[in-house]
Amino acid sequence: MSGYRLDRGGRVDRTKSVNFTWDGTRHIGYRGDTIASALMAHGVRTLGRSFKYHRPRGVSTAGVEEPGALVSLYSGEKRITNARATTTEIVEGLEVHGQNAWPSVRFDISAVNNLMGRFFSAGFYYKTFFGITGRGTWEWMQFEKIIRRAAGMGRATDRPDPDHYETVHDYCDVLVVGSGPAGLAAAETAAAAGLDVILAEQDFEFGGTLLNGITPSVGDLGAQQWLTERLSALGSAGARLWKRTTVFGLYDHGVAGLVERVTDHMANPGHLPRERLRIVRARHIVLATGAVERPFTFGNNDKPGVMLASAAQTYVNRFGVAPGREAVIATNNDTAYSAAITLAEAGIRTTLLDSRSTLPGEAAERAKAAGIAIRNAMVPVQANGPRGIASLDYGRHQTDRDLSEDRMPAEVVGISGGWTPVVSLISHRGIRPVWNDALSAFLVEDTGLEPVTMAGSAAGHFSADAALNSGEKAGEAAVAALKGQGTVAMPAPTVPWDEPLEPLWEVRDPGRKLKCFVDPQNDVTTSDVRLAHREGYVSVEHLKRYTTLGMSTDQGKMGNVIGLALMAEASGQTIPETGTTTFRPPYTPVSIGVLAGDARGKHWRPTRHTPMRAEHEKLGCVFVDAGFWYRSWYYPRGGEALGAAAMREATTVRDNVGMVDVSTLGKIMVQGPDASEFLNRVYSNAFAKLAVGKARYGLMLRDDGIVFDDGTTWRLSETDFFMTTTTANAGGVMLHLANLLQTRWPEMKVHITSVSDHWGGVAVAGPKARDVLDGACPDIEFTDQAFPFMGVRQGHMTTDEGNIPVMVGRLSFSGEKAWEVMTPADYAPAMFRSLHQRIAAVGGVLYGLEAMDCMRVEKGHVTGRELDGRTTAADMGLGGMASRKKHYIGRVLGEREDLVRDDRATLVGLIAKAPNARFKAGSILFPMGETEGHGLGHVTSVADSPQVKSWIGLGYVQGGLAQWEGKTIMAESPVDVQSCEVTVVSPHFFDPDGGRMHG
Amino acid sequence: MGRYNAFNVFWQGLTGNKGWERAWRDPDPKVKYEVIIIGGGGHGLATAYYLAKNHGIRRVAVLEKGWIGGGNSGRNTTIVRSNYMMPGNNEFYEHSLKLWENMSHELNYNVMFSQRAHVSLVFSPGHRDAGARRYNLMRTNGIDGEYWDLKRLKKEIPYLNYSDDARFRIEGAFVQPRAGTARHDAVNWGYARGADQLGVDIIQNCEVLDFVHREGRIAGVVTNRGEISADKIGLAVAGSTSTLAPKAGLGKLPIETHKLQAFVSEPIKPLINHVIVYGYGHGHYYISQSDKGGLVFGGDLDMYNSYAQKGNLPIYQDVMGCTMNILPMAGRIKVLRQWAGIMDMSMDGSPFITRTDVPGLYLNAGWCYGGFKAIPGSGWCFAHTIAKDEPHEANRRLTLDRYKRGFHIDETGGGPVPKHH
Amino acid sequence: MIRIPCPFCGMRDHTEFSYEGDATVEYPPLDASMDDWYEAVFLRDNPRGPHREYWRHLYGCGSFLEVERNTVTHEIGDVKLAHPGMRETVK
Repeated sequence: MSGYRLDRGGRVDRTKSVNFTWDGTRHIGYRGDTIASALMAHGVRTLGRSFKYHRPRGVSTAGVEEPGALVSLYSGEKRITNARATTTEIVEGLEVHGQNAWPSVRFDISAVNNLMGRFFSAGFYYKTFFGITGRGTWEWMQFEKIIRRAAGMGRATDRPDPDHYETVHDYCDVLVVGSGPAGLAAAETAAAAGLDVILAEQDFEFGGTLLNGITPSVGDLGAQQWLTERLSALGSAGARLWKRTTVFGLYDHGVAGLVERVTDHMANPGHLPRERLRIVRARHIVLATGAVERPFTFGNNDKPGVMLASAAQTYVNRFGVAPGREAVIATNNDTAYSAAITLAEAGIRTTLLDSRSTLPGEAAERAKAAGIAIRNAMVPVQANGPRGIASLDYGRHQTDRDLSEDRMPAEVVGISGGWTPVVSLISHRGIRPVWNDALSAFLVEDTGLEPVTMAGSAAGHFSADAALNSGEKAGEAAVAALKGQGTVAMPAPTVPWDEPLEPLWEVRDPGRKLKCFVDPQNDVTTSDVRLAHREGYVSVEHLKRYTTLGMSTDQGKMGNVIGLALMAEASGQTIPETGTTTFRPPYTPVSIGVLAGDARGKHWRPTRHTPMRAEHEKLGCVFVDAGFWYRSWYYPRGGEALGAAAMREATTVRDNVGMVDVSTLGKIMVQGPDASEFLNRVYSNAFAKLAVGKARYGLMLRDDGIVFDDGTTWRLSETDFFMTTTTANAGGVMLHLANLLQTRWPEMKVHITSVSDHWGGVAVAGPKARDVLDGACPDIEFTDQAFPFMGVRQGHMTTDEGNIPVMVGRLSFSGEKAWEVMTPADYAPAMFRSLHQRIAAVGGVLYGLEAMDCMRVEKGHVTGRELDGRTTAADMGLGGMASRKKHYIGRVLGEREDLVRDDRATLVGLIAKAPNARFKAGSILFPMGETEGHGLGHVTSVADSPQVKSWIGLGYVQGGLAQWEGKTIMAESPVDVQSCEVTVVSPHFFDPDGGRMHG
Repeated sequence: MGRYNAFNVFWQGLTGNKGWERAWRDPDPKVKYEVIIIGGGGHGLATAYYLAKNHGIRRVAVLEKGWIGGGNSGRNTTIVRSNYMMPGNNEFYEHSLKLWENMSHELNYNVMFSQRAHVSLVFSPGHRDAGARRYNLMRTNGIDGEYWDLKRLKKEIPYLNYSDDARFRIEGAFVQPRAGTARHDAVNWGYARGADQLGVDIIQNCEVLDFVHREGRIAGVVTNRGEISADKIGLAVAGSTSTLAPKAGLGKLPIETHKLQAFVSEPIKPLINHVIVYGYGHGHYYISQSDKGGLVFGGDLDMYNSYAQKGNLPIYQDVMGCTMNILPMAGRIKVLRQWAGIMDMSMDGSPFITRTDVPGLYLNAGWCYGGFKAIPGSGWCFAHTIAKDEPHEANRRLTLDRYKRGFHIDETGGGPVPKHH
Repeated sequence: MIRIPCPFCGMRDHTEFSYEGDATVEYPPLDASMDDWYEAVFLRDNPRGPHREYWRHLYGCGSFLEVERNTVTHEIGDVKLAHPGMRETVK
């Protein structure tokens, strides 16, 4: 036991008890406590275990930079891993568990790793574990299993996240990040000038250093009073004040990513989302993100009880908790004096070790007055204790070494090695901070093109007055930038201390082997840094990657600078010569769920239904995914399976009549005086002479001569064309045409409009199609003479909603006598009902995609399966269609040598040789007796053909029909352990002269 | 201490790890080399290694602008596979995969190649058929590949979203068992150390500013550390090829530079034991878990030309959505880092390892987002091409003039639009 | 997020647009030589720095915009409608 709740003080609400559990034991804290403060109040010191050595880890900070006190929350589907105890609010019913330890973080079996530490130096795993056989990966993979089990920190749930998340888009003039004195001043200045301000604070309280005693007063006002007045003024000025909201990343053009933690602190969140992603487009951004204290290293500086001096101060001042009864504050600068005084005034016996020979006069006097024993030129050398710290060896500090002198009791050691401005967010923009020797800190001197101003201690203004001033100036700078009033000169940071900070990174006693931790989560020691140097991993990035320094969940917020300084020292270079620190988003870890937002489950992608959806559903239709569309797949009768239903539907269409929903086809209106010429250029076949009232099949190529899309285009008038595209390429074709008209041929007088969603359509196909349609449209005659093949008519259809407008084309994909009937989408259900009645009356069927696919394979009609972005028109057997007389997109590059070779694979039909034998799409085709290599080609589509009474297919074969017609080849599908003899035939299996559709 | 093995790790551990030597030297550039490789990424380092090892050419320098392995070979999602079907890629990537299998032994450096299987999810019958063609072609060309039906997949990977709630139902998966992941930095460092031990000079912080031509041949480079002559120069700077190639005399190339982002999560105990990928429903996604415990994952390109090694929000959101689509338990796992690499996107999605029209100049480029797994094969073939002045069997199709002939190695069928690959 | 000022619709996120590549490519006439077509379709300057490129305002007005954008910083310079006639009508 070490920490305890002080009798008074702190911002916690002592009237509001909060029950929570720690590894199954019930504890009570207060509202306003974090897990760290609440457990500290109960004397709990060991909260976690480190990554590699499983050394005990306690609370070492009071903020987001915490590397050690990581815990798991809740259990089952609600489990959250690697939660920072130092920033997580306790809430009624919270379960907190230790992690990365067995049986518990107090007694962890894996702590034996610590004894092996000398062998587990940086990068040791690159030098071993790959085995002695000298071959293969099997041996490594056995070691890997053990290593993986030992690695990782918390155990994530494997059950679906029960919470939901939401995304909000926001805009503002000025986004101020951080609500300490500088952020408040900047926000108030900007808001007072009439700008729309958002103030974002990651903490659950506004105020920054106003909350923990580091800024005890501003001017004549106490911290709390000044804070209250500022928040009130900001509220009145209309600023949006967001707490529990972390700006996790800065992106291009003033766009910031924010995560608001909405419900984690609520016992009963109701229907609220757990977290909210806010994407803020800010015209200007003020980063008043503060600074984090950094430690220096000494022996066992990772033991529970060792923390930042400012953290110790925060636990006393903000949470009313003493971190221990015996405290040592060890510093190389002035700022820790106020921490020491805070502890002493709270009744904690406090000793102050200052590495410097000369003490800051006034601060030292105040410390002495508070009863603090001060020892100058003294540093901590090694912390001792079974788990947490019980005593501290300290010694005299000299420039090149430190000599142990004595030991004193200590339950808490507060370290201050200086301050690191938080420059992470501006670093996301690729701006490199520059080392400032006087402040011993990396600062951003120039934010370049970014609409960003740095303020407060983030900009090196470490005193309250300077921070406040820089905040006001940053607010003015934002106002000036947005109102076009030029620039505001930002104040340069000055050294605020009475005595200069003495750079100190590592305490060394040549007589002792000290284990000094630079990154206490990943167990990176100062020796590891030196080993990396010895082995040539000198560049900062190599150092990070080789030792894993800064790769832990805190992303090196405290340790990176120390590692860099030690590398500089080892290389005999200065810090700026050695490198700089960089940070990548997110600033603190962000849940996957909140970035996904509502893009999960059914809502991951849009769902598209045709306007006839409800009619299909009434008739028991089974749908299938086709891109984002749900298309009618088949209409089972009496428990029919897919195959049987499709066979029945296809057979009925061929024998009688059927109707299929074709609404998903892409539809584009192409209009204008040059429309005909335009189509003539984009299709490879001739279009210029298409008559009004006629449709034509067209093949569209890409610039490189490969087939892009196919479809029919209907000429409705001299200047109006209705183009259909494949379902999959609807967007692509529209884009292609728009591109040509707007960038390549702007002189053409053509307008295109996507009307895919405006028209619902069906195809009525089969020998009785005319019987069905005859009389359906009072103003359209369906005789062969009046309505020949490829004819197009506009008129009306009689339905239960009256006469509706229709546009009809006599086209056939199935190979049957068929009409495609289009109507404006709102009328589509009425059209469907009307035609369905007529079809049912003659014994016809509705058919789905499966039957349609079967029939088009029987006809050798191609779809996306044949048109896979690698085939030419000639490959598809449509080479003859291309016009020789005109120039069109894709013609020139389509004539490149490898695209016109006569050994290219071309489209053929395939029939399974043995009765009932089946082969699959995706099979590779080989000459008999061969099974290796790329073969002759592959099978693109298959169907169980009711007409051929066999499994048939389409495929591409080198040499094509000319070489293989009538011959038997093998369709090999090793992944299905299947091979099948198939006979090569014409792809037009059924009615090759098209008598059925023409007649 | 040169050799890496368990005994030396033990011995050095006992003696304070003082005996380990530099993994590679830090030499000053010499005046002249036989071969200069520009670019100290995995490809450049592997090329130098194989020039020395396979061809006895040891007067070789690798010039690196920054620190070795700092480009895409140190910022990728570490997937190694050879599930390619097109002639050109099919044989090349399998050649590379075979080299991966013995790389740790070859280099005496544990590159942690973990053949944990690459599982490519299937969502519809048509999707399956397209995959069947690819995996069948792999099989008929001697590459491993198999189909896991839903029953098998559920047994192997029980936690995927198989529920009715899924937008698209998982139907099975095509699997390459020999595929997996490796430790990217180790590959770079291992090749650097191996090349260095064979006499190659690895020169960091040496930026090539211009080229020297003499008598119609390439003759050397001008760097920020002076002029360096060479008989032959190999360019292996994917991502930046277009900025150097014109200076070398190559003119415009069939390449656009695009950026690709990647993400790593906080470390968690083993959760995902395979490489899981899918490309369906306008989603493109891949995920694995590192040995350290972080989930390593990514998705689509940013879809616009960019040389900025910076991430952005839309792809971040999209990739997290793709995660939740198949791994609905991942919502509470946190992302630790987001980063981006810039890559040569070629016009058919496939690379170039080839001689050029400039005598003495060789090009290794166009790796799109697939360069990491190619490192050993690329080094092997590029070294062969440079040493013999003719391609190796495995890279003979990876030429720069193939588009002129109409020979596209287009795995997706996306056509000559780089972002479609 | 890149923000692009569409002359019709105002400042919008780049996710409303689709990127349509290098705007400096001049596509040759349909009857031009194979070499001309090869160069237009396959070869790119791919500059590191300012780049003139097309973006189509897919989820907006549908216009192709000619945008000057720096490929390193993503800074947006001049933005205009790609179609010269439409450019005249919207200033």
